[in-house]
Amino acid sequence: MSENTQSARPVVLQMIDIDKRFQGVHALKKCNLELRKGEVHALVGENGAGKSTLMKCLTGIHKPEEGRIVYNGKEVSYKNPKEAQEDGISIVHQELNLMNHLTAAQNIFIGRESKGFMLNDSIINQKTQELFDHLKLNISPTEKVGNLTVGKQQMVEISKAISFDSSVLILDEPTAALTETEIRELFRTMNDLRARGVTMVYISHRMDEIMEMTDRITVMRDGEYITTLNTKETNLDEIINAMVGRTIYAEPKTHSNVAPDAPVVLEAKNLVSKDVKDVSFQLHKGEILGLAGLMGAGRTETARLIFGADPRTSGEIYKNGQQVTIRTPQDAVKAGIGYLSEDRKRFGLAIGLSIADNTILAAAEDFCKMGVIDEQKVRQVTEEYIKKINIKTPSISQLIRNLSGGNQQKVIIAKWLVRNCDVLIFDEPTRGIDVGAKSEIYKLMNDLAAEGKSIIMISSELEEVLRMSDRIICMCEGRLTKVLDIQEASQEVIMKYATMRN
Amino acid sequence: MDTKKIDIQKLLAPAALVILYIFFCFAGKNFFSASTLVSILDSTYYVGLMAFGITFVIITSGIDLSIGTNMMMSALLAGYMNAKGANIWICLIAAVAIATFVGFLNGTLISRLKLPPFIATLGVMMMTQGFGSIITKVQTQRFPGAGAPGSEYKYIFYKTASGFPSGIVYMLVFFVVALFLLNKTRFGRYTYAMGSNEEAVRLSGVNVIQWKTLVYTVCGFFCGLASIVYAATYTTIIPGTGNGLEMNAIAAVVIGGTSMAGGVGTMSGTLIGALLMSVLKTGLMSMGLQGHFQTFFTGAVVILAVLLDIYRNKKATAVK
Repeated sequence: MSENTQSARPVVLQMIDIDKRFQGVHALKKCNLELRKGEVHALVGENGAGKSTLMKCLTGIHKPEEGRIVYNGKEVSYKNPKEAQEDGISIVHQELNLMNHLTAAQNIFIGRESKGFMLNDSIINQKTQELFDHLKLNISPTEKVGNLTVGKQQMVEISKAISFDSSVLILDEPTAALTETEIRELFRTMNDLRARGVTMVYISHRMDEIMEMTDRITVMRDGEYITTLNTKETNLDEIINAMVGRTIYAEPKTHSNVAPDAPVVLEAKNLVSKDVKDVSFQLHKGEILGLAGLMGAGRTETARLIFGADPRTSGEIYKNGQQVTIRTPQDAVKAGIGYLSEDRKRFGLAIGLSIADNTILAAAEDFCKMGVIDEQKVRQVTEEYIKKINIKTPSISQLIRNLSGGNQQKVIIAKWLVRNCDVLIFDEPTRGIDVGAKSEIYKLMNDLAAEGKSIIMISSELEEVLRMSDRIICMCEGRLTKVLDIQEASQEVIMKYATMRN
Repeated sequence: MDTKKIDIQKLLAPAALVILYIFFCFAGKNFFSASTLVSILDSTYYVGLMAFGITFVIITSGIDLSIGTNMMMSALLAGYMNAKGANIWICLIAAVAIATFVGFLNGTLISRLKLPPFIATLGVMMMTQGFGSIITKVQTQRFPGAGAPGSEYKYIFYKTASGFPSGIVYMLVFFVVALFLLNKTRFGRYTYAMGSNEEAVRLSGVNVIQWKTLVYTVCGFFCGLASIVYAATYTTIIPGTGNGLEMNAIAAVVIGGTSMAGGVGTMSGTLIGALLMSVLKTGLMSMGLQGHFQTFFTGAVVILAVLLDIYRNKKATAVK
C-alpha cells in the first residue's frame, strides 16, 4: 500500500541548501532533504558524511549558516531541541539518554510531571500505559529503566519521542545495540507509526534493514547531498556507489601475505571468562588476524582478556612459545602486547593532554632519567612518529581533543610503537574515522604487518575484515566457531559462522 | 596566536594578586610596609605547603579532606614526643614521617581498596583528628618558643634571629620541589594523565594503583612539611583542631586555576592562590575588618575564580 501512494503523499518537511561550517571544516555543503508524510526515509552515508550534523541542524542543536527549513509549509528555525520537539520534530539519539534509576514513566515525563508541588505518579503511569498500549509494547510503566533490556530502553526512548505528538521522528542508528528479536519489535513499532502518518528519518549503516524498512533513501557523501532514491526502484550496488562515489568499495584480499612457516608469536589456549567461552587460537608473525562476529560475540572481551584488562577465569597465553602471566594491562605491555580500544576517547587517550604526552604514555620510563623526563628525547621521538605515520598536526603540543578521529587513532598507534609492542590488537580501528583517513589506517596496518608486527583486528565491517585479514576467526556468543583462511572467506561464509549458535 | 592566549591566561592570576595588593595599599591602614608583607608571608607558609601537596591530588581529580587534621596531628604528636624528651629535630622528622604515612594510608584506601577519595579522606580526617587527642590525652602541646632552649629550628622554618622571614625560603624551596615533581618527572606526567583519563592510563600498561598511592603519599609528605612550619610559627598545638584548614588549601588550589575535574592545573597557580588568600586576609584586617569578613570574601573569591575559569574555557571552546 505504502509504495503506491508514495509519490502522492504530501511533503512535510524540506531542508534546502543547508550550509554549515565548524572552525573552517565545511561540514555541510548545500544539503537538501525532503520528507513526505508517513514515510520512512533512510539517511545514509559513510561516517563523517554529515548525516548527524544535518539532523542536528534540523532539531536546533546546530544553527546552519545558510539554507532554509520548511516544515508544514512554514519556514522554521529552532534555537534548541526543545523548540523542535514542541513543534513535533523529535530525535532519538544513538546513545540513549535515559535515567536508569527512574521508572519508564518517570523517564518519559521527565520535565513534564503533573502540575503543582506534589508529584502524582499515578497520572503519568496511566498516560505511559496508554502510550505503551498504543504502541503495543509489553513494558510496565513502573519498571526501572535500568532493569530493561537495551531494546526495551530504546522503545522507551521512542515512546518518549512519540509522547510529544511527534509527526517527524529521527532515529539515529536505532538498531546498533539491538538483538535480532528486538530489531523485529522495533520494525513492527515503526510500521505502526508509519501507518499512522508519522514521518521517520532512519539513519543506519545496515543496508539490509534499509532495503527492508524504508520508502526512500537520501545519500550523503563528504557533507554533500548526492541523491534521493526510491527504495523499491534501487539496489544495494547503486546505493553503495552513491555513498562512496566509486564502484568498488574495497578489494578483498585474495591470498595471505604470511609465510607458511612464519613463527607463532602469540597463542591463546582455552581462554575463559564471563563472556568468553573456551577460545583458543594462534597468531603468526606478520599476520593480520581478523576477529569477526556480531555485537556480543565476545570479540572485544577476548581481546581484553589477552590484554589483561578484565579478569580471566582460566586459560593460558603464550608469547613466542613461552607462557606469560598476564593479570593486568601492565603485564601485557611488558610482554609486548598493545591494545587499541574501540572507544578511543574512553579507553585509549587522555584527550586533555598533548600528542607528546599521549605518545610516551606507555613507555614513559624509557624517557626518564631517575624519574625526570627528558623533554628533548620526548620531542625528538614524537616528531619522528608524527612524520613516520603521518599525523596531521601543527605541533607535538597540540591537545588530542583538537585532532580528528583518524589522527587520534594514529597517536594511539604511535604510543604502542614507541613502546615497541610486536603484537597489536586493533579493536574497530576505523570506527568514526572518515574515508580518507580510513585507507591511511589500512595502509599503516599493512606496513606494520610487513615489518613483522602481528595484528589482531576486531571489526564489525565485513568489507574491512575481508580487505585486511590473512586469516579470520569467527565468533558467536563467546565461542570461537571457525578459523577461516582468507581464500575461503566471503561475507556469506563469515556470517554463517558468526551466527552459528550452538 | 595560540601561545599569546596562554600567556594572557597565565598572567591573569598574578595580575589579580598585584591589583589586590595595590588596592589594600590605598584602602588599608599601614598596609604598605615591610612588616605587613612579612605577616602576609607568615600566614601563607602552612596553607601554601598543604596546597602544593593537594594540587597533585586534585589534578588526578581526587580530593584529600584529611590534610588539615593530618598536619595538626603530626605537629601534635611531634610536640608530644618533644615533651617526652625527644630531640626537637627527631620530632620534626617524625612529624613528616607520620604525615607521609597518613598520606600513604589515604592512597592505599583509595587506589588499592577502591574507596571514593571523598569518603576515604573524610574517614581519615576524623581518625587523625581523634588520634592526636587520644595519644596526647587532649593536652595542648607546646614547642620551644622563641629564645627557649632548642628553639633554633624556628630560625630555619620561621624567622631568623635578625627577623628575616626564613619560612619564605623554606616554602619556596619546596615550591620548587613540587613544581619539579609536577612538570619534570614521570610522576607528574602520570598525575596529569590519570586526571585526564585514568582508564586509558591503566590500559597503557601503567601501574595506576601504585602511582595513585604515591600521589596521596606525596600530599601527606607536604602536610608534614606544613606541620613543621605551623609548629615553628605558632608553637602551641591544640588537640582536636585542624579541621577546616583543608578548605583553605583547596581554595588556594582552585583560585590558582586547577580544575576539580582533573587533568588541568599548575603549581604556580596554587602558590598565587595561597598568596592571594593571605593578602586578602591581611588586607581586610588592615581595613579594620575582622576574621569573619575574611572568610566571607575568600568564599567570594573562590566562586569568582572558578566562574572566570568556566567563562574562559567556554570562550576557548567557542573558538573551536
